[in-house]
Amino acid sequence: MRVTDRLARGLDAPICLTWELTYGCNLACVHCLSSSGRRDPRELTTQELFAVVDELAEMQVFYVNIGGGEPTLRPDFWDLLDYCVANKVGVKFSTNGSRITPETAARIAATDYVDVQISVDGADAATNDAVRGDGSFATATTAMERLAGAGMRGFKLSVVVTRDNADQLDEFVALASRYGAQLRLTRLRPSGRGADVWDRLHPTAAQQQRLYSWLIDRPDVLTGDSFFHLSALGEPLPGLNLCGAGRVVCLIDPIGDVYACPFVLHEQFKAGSVRDVGGFAAVWRTSELFTSLREPDSPGACASCGSYDACRGGCMAAKFFTGLPLDGPDPECVHGYGEAALLQGSPRPLVSAGHSRPVLVPLTRRR
Amino acid sequence: MTAYSLHPQVGLRDERFGALAYHYGNRRLTFLNDPRLVGVVRTIGEYDDADAALDAAGVPVPARPAYLAALARLQQSEVLVARD
Amino acid sequence: MTAAAPEADLAAAEPAPDDMLAGDVLADVLVEEISIDGMCGVY
Repeated sequence: MRVTDRLARGLDAPICLTWELTYGCNLACVHCLSSSGRRDPRELTTQELFAVVDELAEMQVFYVNIGGGEPTLRPDFWDLLDYCVANKVGVKFSTNGSRITPETAARIAATDYVDVQISVDGADAATNDAVRGDGSFATATTAMERLAGAGMRGFKLSVVVTRDNADQLDEFVALASRYGAQLRLTRLRPSGRGADVWDRLHPTAAQQQRLYSWLIDRPDVLTGDSFFHLSALGEPLPGLNLCGAGRVVCLIDPIGDVYACPFVLHEQFKAGSVRDVGGFAAVWRTSELFTSLREPDSPGACASCGSYDACRGGCMAAKFFTGLPLDGPDPECVHGYGEAALLQGSPRPLVSAGHSRPVLVPLTRRR
Repeated sequence: MTAYSLHPQVGLRDERFGALAYHYGNRRLTFLNDPRLVGVVRTIGEYDDADAALDAAGVPVPARPAYLAALARLQQSEVLVARD
Repeated sequence: MTAAAPEADLAAAEPAPDDMLAGDVLADVLVEEISIDGMCGVY
């Protein structure tokens, strides 16, 4: 059995998982996958967080990708980090940089098995701040300066590729190398607040093709296999070109709910809760949702397309939130089959405002 | 003959098919597809040479070249380190 | 690692048989490696 088959069938424990610690955030990025802003009063307590770590350690989950919202807003964040490492669970955390002080930068640099990812969505303040808010670019670059200054090498600069930044890829490389960081590009999904902006922000077909060629030439740029739908364009991108959701990864959300992945925060993709009897382990091993995700994929409407082996029908989150059937083409299918399907106008699932903070619009605007 | 030990930055986790080895430094994930190989890897640090480890694990002689090649491959990807 | 079409099963799930031939082909079966950056959700 090949590696891809083993992984597609699921493992007895995740390889890693995404763990959103809080829905609270000091920013209000327009495309936020978790619709973050306000903390949820039902957030896991510190004790509950530690109990989850105990479970993950027992299952030998190799590491957790901690995010949110802005995870460093939780006062117990740094203790949790230490607790993970002490129990041999590695930590990679994602942050907008607002709590990276010279002291916390030094702490991160000094701790083995901790990696950090700074989020940025434009190679300059104008492009970035249009998505992430005024001053967010400066916050991020200050954080990177501090990490570099503390001797942290190889931390990640993480960018969501959009229509507005898809032509700045070389500038992102330069930005990352200025701070000794590694560039990571990920795909915009119509998830969370992303649903509201996807139509205008997702890269055009031409941009996707240029992105594909650019990535082929730069195997050192990380993507987390996020663009495997582009593998149908030619030589496959490095990676397994496989969706790991429910098979080798999943998401634990701030109130302990377990979902297939961070891009499908929706009842249909909820597997259970860490607060259920049997905890996380029981959800991972026995939930109906994950059991069904571990069954072999069927190409469905993609069966007659020669590219299915390369693209596997793309991303289920992208399909779900654009109202497309899960056994058909991805909305960004490189052959245009997704676009054609979208033109038939299937209804998109209703998406709540999540934990977004209400936007106060002034009655008059000055430019 | 080479002696090996498990790289200190590697996490080794048993699976139904054998084991997964995750290297926290280079971020590579290795599948050990054979439970007997996993047994060898777990104990290899205790032996002065790889052959002794294979012997102790009950690896039949005709199979040893393949196992030694596998161990060499694991050293190349830094799951194992060679020692004197 | 590329997303190849399924290859012939080399009985990878079973312990190496006693009459096995030597070499890299079988080391391939015993050990396989991927970059952790190589699967969506695993980063």
